[in-house]
Amino acid sequence: MTKKIRVLIAKPGLDGHDRGAKVIARALRDAGMEVIYTGLRQTPEMIASAAVQEDVDVIGLSILSGAHNTICPQLMKLLHDKGMNDVTVLVGGIIPEADIPALKQAGIAQIFLPGTSTQDIVDFIHRRTTAA
Amino acid sequence: MSDSRQSKTQTIAPADSAALRKPSERELAWEKNTLQPTLQKNPERQAEFTTISGYPIRRLYTPADLAGWDPDTDLGQPGEPPYTRGIHATMHRGRLWTMRQFAGFGTAEDTNQRFRYLLAQGQSGLSTAFDLPTLMGYDSDHPLSEGEVGKCGVAISSLADMEVLFDQIPLADVTTSMTINSPAAVIWAMYLAVAEKQEADWKKISGTLQNDILKEYIAQKEYIYPPEPSMRLVIDTFEFGAKNTPKFNTISISGYHIREAGSTAIQELAFTLRDGMEYVEWGLRRGLEIDEFAPQLSFFFNAHSDFFEEIAKYRAARRIWHKAMTERYGSKSARSYALRFHAQTAGCSLTAQQPYNNVVRTALQALAAVLGGTQSLHTNSLDEAWALPTEFAATIALRTQQIIAHETGVPNTVDPLGGSYFVETLTNEVERGAWDYIRKIDALGGMVAAIERGFPQREIAEASYRYQRELDNKEKLMVGVNAFVSEEKPLEILQIDETVAHRQAARLKKLRAERSGDEVARRLSALRNATKGKDNLMPFIYDAVKAYATLGEICDAMRDTFGTYEEVAIT
Repeated sequence: MTKKIRVLIAKPGLDGHDRGAKVIARALRDAGMEVIYTGLRQTPEMIASAAVQEDVDVIGLSILSGAHNTICPQLMKLLHDKGMNDVTVLVGGIIPEADIPALKQAGIAQIFLPGTSTQDIVDFIHRRTTAA
Repeated sequence: MSDSRQSKTQTIAPADSAALRKPSERELAWEKNTLQPTLQKNPERQAEFTTISGYPIRRLYTPADLAGWDPDTDLGQPGEPPYTRGIHATMHRGRLWTMRQFAGFGTAEDTNQRFRYLLAQGQSGLSTAFDLPTLMGYDSDHPLSEGEVGKCGVAISSLADMEVLFDQIPLADVTTSMTINSPAAVIWAMYLAVAEKQEADWKKISGTLQNDILKEYIAQKEYIYPPEPSMRLVIDTFEFGAKNTPKFNTISISGYHIREAGSTAIQELAFTLRDGMEYVEWGLRRGLEIDEFAPQLSFFFNAHSDFFEEIAKYRAARRIWHKAMTERYGSKSARSYALRFHAQTAGCSLTAQQPYNNVVRTALQALAAVLGGTQSLHTNSLDEAWALPTEFAATIALRTQQIIAHETGVPNTVDPLGGSYFVETLTNEVERGAWDYIRKIDALGGMVAAIERGFPQREIAEASYRYQRELDNKEKLMVGVNAFVSEEKPLEILQIDETVAHRQAARLKKLRAERSGDEVARRLSALRNATKGKDNLMPFIYDAVKAYATLGEICDAMRDTFGTYEEVAIT
């Protein structure tokens, strides 16, 4: 049996709208992945530490508040400092298209916008983790 | 119609109600002579039709569906119990609903400009969106506010910001709604201080404080303190408002966020009304008289996409509230038992794809709210799956309401759908489904107890996941998302940059330097002491606000005693 893909679903920032995070957590679990959900209001430090501790392959951030340009680069730097360079970081939520290139530049592997099917996210994770 | 059907909002047993129907000879003849040959030739599009909430819908509704239904008692007259047809005798013929567009972004100056623009465009009331730091009781310069200042709403850290927000807006004439919950008492105190400065009479000013902490634990999750002290603060505002601001709605008991979190229509209705009953019970336990504070309770519902289900929901809401207030709590005043509500179109129904389609979605949802007898309405902007709305998008949203009001003819008669076999049946069924949930929550010991056990949270998570699966499997279609997909050019959207945070930080620094530090410390300490006793906290909060204590300082003074709340996450 192959090792299960380990995913950390995190909700950074002050926002409490967790519908998306919870739906994704459950969909990835149903797709056979090991999912850890951080709960609400996680700082980048808390997320990076949890990622190291849980030794995850993927981090999924749910951000709807407009704080992505602040949070994502901070998290990527912390992950780099902790030596987690091969973790796949995904963002889902309300992200203006104009912000996407800078987020990808910062190391975010993919940004999933409202309306994405959960299967697309599952497929993306499978492609990423088998390629790695 | 059977009760067993309503008790299951998740697993649906569509055959039950059919089994109990007694169709007329004429209907049976139609089935045999007209329907059956048609079905043999042209089968229907689907084996089963359901609402967006997963509720089964019959092919045809006839008098057989309304056996035992009495138009005199179940429907009644407009402006009379049980208010199925609306709470006013003339409804929108007498006065249109208030067009109240939710707005807020950047600094107080930015939002003040948008407010004045919207009023100039014919909007009839204001509605304030606060940013996340404000909603969570943090000042704009708190470390946790980084990246969030002015993003989801306007940044308000002190009375000084509030004075700018309502600059040149006469609070004596304009009604204002404020979407704030955990720090509601503090923001309200700031508003009342601005009103006082403008010499507006507290007894005459009107508006709405959202102040609904229960739905925060259930759905939106912007809470600070644990339930017990949070409920104390809410009841403090009820008591203070009953005495000092009799025309101000001290709460807007909100289903909107419950629905946005993925609930069904019946869950939205049931959890919201049971929240309302919980507030009433806590008010009564405080020793308030029911008809002393209940006239200031208002409601807020979602206007989602399933047209008739939404209309039935609003009609059922009025009937349930009337019944609960009179039978459970002995209310004798129509001002208490007639349910008044605001509606907002469904943010979660908006698509990032083909965003101009959102104008159409919003118009149809708004129409349902109007047909359901709403008192005020917010229509979402087409670009809200991307960002806060631009002025262009916000204007179309307001114009959508004006078109419904002045071009469609819909508001020209009261409850035009009253008596429809379908709408009346659905109203009955939605009402019964909601009562089943309400009784379930009663049995758990009330809403606070149910929340602590995760009951409403779990029900909503189930419903939201089920709906996502239906979208993924294309059992439910969303145009532009899982059907009729096409490429689009990106929209021009509103950008809020970090200069907002810098301007706010500078303003706070100046405020802290200029105010009397001793006075602030003295009043914060008085508030801190009061949190340990049983006195109403509103006067202490008001005093602190007037000395320009910041939102963060005041919330911290209460955090010291009350502590903070962390939920057990349910996935």
